[in-house]
Amino acid sequence: MAPLADARARLTAWWTGTGAPPRSENGGGAIVLGHRRVYIMPSRLGLFFGAALLILLVGSINYALSLGFALTFLLTGMGLAGMVQTTRNLAQLQVRAARVEPVFAGESARFRLVLDNAAQYDRPEILLRHLDSAVQCRTDVAAGALAEAELAVPAARRGWLPLGRVMLETRFPIGLFRAWSYVRPESRCLVYPRPEPGALPPPAPSSQAGGARAHAQGSDDFSGLRAYQPADSPRHVAWKSAARSDDMLTKQFAGEAVAELWLDMAGLPASLGVEARLSRLAGWVLAAERGGALYGLRLGGTELAPGRGDSHRAACLEALALYEGGIP
Amino acid sequence: MSTAQPAAPDQRPLAWRDFALLAAGLAIVIAPHALRAPWWLTLLTAALIGWRGAAIAHRSLLPSSWPLLAIVVLGMLGVWLEYRAIFGRTPGIMLLVMFGGLKMLESRSQRDAAAVVFLTWFLAITNFLYTQSIPTALGMLAAVATTVAALVGLAAPRRAPRANLRTASLLIGQAVPAALVLFLLFPRVQGPLWGLPQDAYSALSGLSDSMAPGNLSQLTLSDAIAFRVDFTGEAPARRNLYWRGPVLWDFDGRTWRVGSPGLADLPEPKNGQRVEYSVMLEPHNRNWLFALETAELLPPRARYLDDGQIISPQPIRARMRYDMVSRVEADPVADEDAPSLARALRLPQGFNPRARALAERWRASSAGDRQVLARAIEHFRGERLQYTTEPRLLGRDSVDEFLFDSREGFCEHFSSAFVFLMRAAGVPARVITGYQGGDMNPVDGRFTVRQSDAHAWSEVYLVGRGWTRVDPTALSVPRRLDEGLARSVAAAAALPLILRPEMEWLRSLRYNWEALTHQWNLLVLGYNPERQRELMSWLGMRDADWLELASTLLAALGAFVLLLFAWMLRRFVRPDPVQAAWRQFCRKLGARGVTRAPHEGPRDYAERAARMLPSAQEPIRRVAALYIALRYGPAASTQTQSVVQLRRMVKDLSFG
Repeated sequence: MAPLADARARLTAWWTGTGAPPRSENGGGAIVLGHRRVYIMPSRLGLFFGAALLILLVGSINYALSLGFALTFLLTGMGLAGMVQTTRNLAQLQVRAARVEPVFAGESARFRLVLDNAAQYDRPEILLRHLDSAVQCRTDVAAGALAEAELAVPAARRGWLPLGRVMLETRFPIGLFRAWSYVRPESRCLVYPRPEPGALPPPAPSSQAGGARAHAQGSDDFSGLRAYQPADSPRHVAWKSAARSDDMLTKQFAGEAVAELWLDMAGLPASLGVEARLSRLAGWVLAAERGGALYGLRLGGTELAPGRGDSHRAACLEALALYEGGIP
Repeated sequence: MSTAQPAAPDQRPLAWRDFALLAAGLAIVIAPHALRAPWWLTLLTAALIGWRGAAIAHRSLLPSSWPLLAIVVLGMLGVWLEYRAIFGRTPGIMLLVMFGGLKMLESRSQRDAAAVVFLTWFLAITNFLYTQSIPTALGMLAAVATTVAALVGLAAPRRAPRANLRTASLLIGQAVPAALVLFLLFPRVQGPLWGLPQDAYSALSGLSDSMAPGNLSQLTLSDAIAFRVDFTGEAPARRNLYWRGPVLWDFDGRTWRVGSPGLADLPEPKNGQRVEYSVMLEPHNRNWLFALETAELLPPRARYLDDGQIISPQPIRARMRYDMVSRVEADPVADEDAPSLARALRLPQGFNPRARALAERWRASSAGDRQVLARAIEHFRGERLQYTTEPRLLGRDSVDEFLFDSREGFCEHFSSAFVFLMRAAGVPARVITGYQGGDMNPVDGRFTVRQSDAHAWSEVYLVGRGWTRVDPTALSVPRRLDEGLARSVAAAAALPLILRPEMEWLRSLRYNWEALTHQWNLLVLGYNPERQRELMSWLGMRDADWLELASTLLAALGAFVLLLFAWMLRRFVRPDPVQAAWRQFCRKLGARGVTRAPHEGPRDYAERAARMLPSAQEPIRRVAALYIALRYGPAASTQTQSVVQLRRMVKDLSFG
């Protein structure tokens, strides 16, 4: 009796979708399209298919054609099997959001979704549609493989852009049915302000707004080590310590003459408005980074100490993207 | 749905591989029609399909709608000129063939391609109007497979064609069980739902309600099957196999026609050998049902006419099976009313003077009807009349020319002459048409009666005895009855190939094929409302009405879809192998009296079990440790190897 009860419990769990997750070792944030989450309806072609079946059936009855019945019913069975296979093409598919690179406002946020097919069959022709923007893309997921789909969602404004709901749709294998499901992957894209190109402010000796200060740094006297930044010259990398550990370090020398630039929001005329000032600042960050300067950022209450390199640039742009404070 | 429709995939232009599948499917369903179609129509359709292929290959432009419209109008005009109709069955099918080619040509998008697929299905079913044989069925199955592959190709244009073919065959394979359920359980009604076109059944052949010199011998050149017979016990001797059909009363000098018999009760035949059998009658578009003389029982809903014909209320337009009981060599039916006897003496004036003179000589020299009959039989036996399937054309006095000039003829000549002589001599007589004999298939023991077994014989009314069968052909050519047509005529005569004696091996092949065909006819084509009722009562539903049938059908289909769904997703509900091994471990220990308490974790449980089963304490601890590592350890330890090891350890666990 026990195996029977066990089987029944498992069947019930399967049907109601309350069973254990299909695979125990899931990465975080993966969404499994349980069969209860997959909806299915005949496509427009499927409606015509139904009408065609009806005509075939009436003809078979009228002329008493046994093989006419057989043909009609074979096609009906094909439609039913197609319906199940269309559902199958989505059911139990795992959807996971991959990391999204930040973009500037006006560009497209490239949301990447990883479709994980644990099944033994391939799942061709899966259409992903971003519901808010109607952006879509098509992908095929081979048996037991991963596929990546990219939704290029227009990023109009700075700040966090959440992905929101995505519809997965398929008409494979016969096009007579349309199966679809909705997912809301935990994914958001950081949108930097639209950078406005413009001349950098002149370096100033004091720590005043928009100024820059020359440090008495040279390449003669070794003064210490700091974390490696991609822009650093390979000649300055501390190769000995890099061989000992995983971290790359850059040697710093006193006497290196580098301009230190302060990009301050308060230095820009208030008449520009917040967004325009943020755009200007973003443009300055890019220009300063290109120019190899050490630059710092002051945004209302927050202040980022001067630095350079990709992570510093990213930190500055993030601060600009997420700026919410009022203007003094 | 508030969301926008996606950029429809059906806007994609048709690719070469889609075209290949669509054209192949269309070609398969059009090919049988090409034999019936006027040559220009076949050519036109092939050209339209070829044009589409060329347009893809050379990326040239497709025709605009004006030339297409012109082709449609010209094609319809051509069909009308050919058949003088547009809406009949054959012209309708011909137009459908042409539209198939046209739709193929103007297919620009995926949606048009789907329309071609639907047209292919319609054309496939029209083939069954002409024949439902096994080869046709296989051909149409191939067409369906091709179209399904085309549909899959349209839905997955970037996938490898081989993978798409695999998907298509999977679809068809999965469709078969559902199709079977639908075929058996879908409530069948006897068609037609409305009037059919006039020419709907023109292709069917068989006996007609009249007999003129030449038309029966034409029929016997066909080896088409008239009906099949399955005897319950021993089959009667071949010479007694007279399958009675239309009875012909009226003669106009050339043609014999049926009389106007009334409905009657079936008289009970006396004596003779009782024979039980079932008949599977091919459709012949007439009302006659054929039975051995003399019938003792009527098929359900059949009528009996007072001249011994058995008829069905509707023309036989579908293969029909009925059970029969007959008495072979029964006593003749005794009574006949005066008007009928008068009708059985009527002859047209001014025909066949020599035959009349002969009959009057017989009458003058005889004491009664029986003696006249004896003289006639003697005449036919002694005259050495020849039997041939290719009789000479006869003129106005056909009986005279047959008896005295050509002296050769077919059974229609023999019976016609005999009945004429009898009537001229004052003995009531009539012509009976039907079939004589039949071929036993040694493979399944069934009899096959073909159109080539068509026969005509006579009945003579004798006072005190009744209608008595006389077969003038058998009197002159006795071999006809025992050995069949093939050995009764000269070797060079036109005979269906299969009936020629030297084709022994061919015949054996044919017997096997026919046995298969018979099963096909019986089980597949002969499945009708009655068979369905039988099946349902076998399933325990007596007198199932359509509602019960429909609910059974829906339940079966629902079960089919659920099972298919569960089967296709089965690998996702398989439990975790680690968990399964652990459960088996717990069961094994439970069997030794150490049942895991619900609150007990694996470590505590294993410790308790190790204490209680000291003989196996080491393996128990090892299993628990590995289970804990697999279940709760870092993900890296979940290796197939460890899982296999756990499983083996649980399996090998013994308590010595």
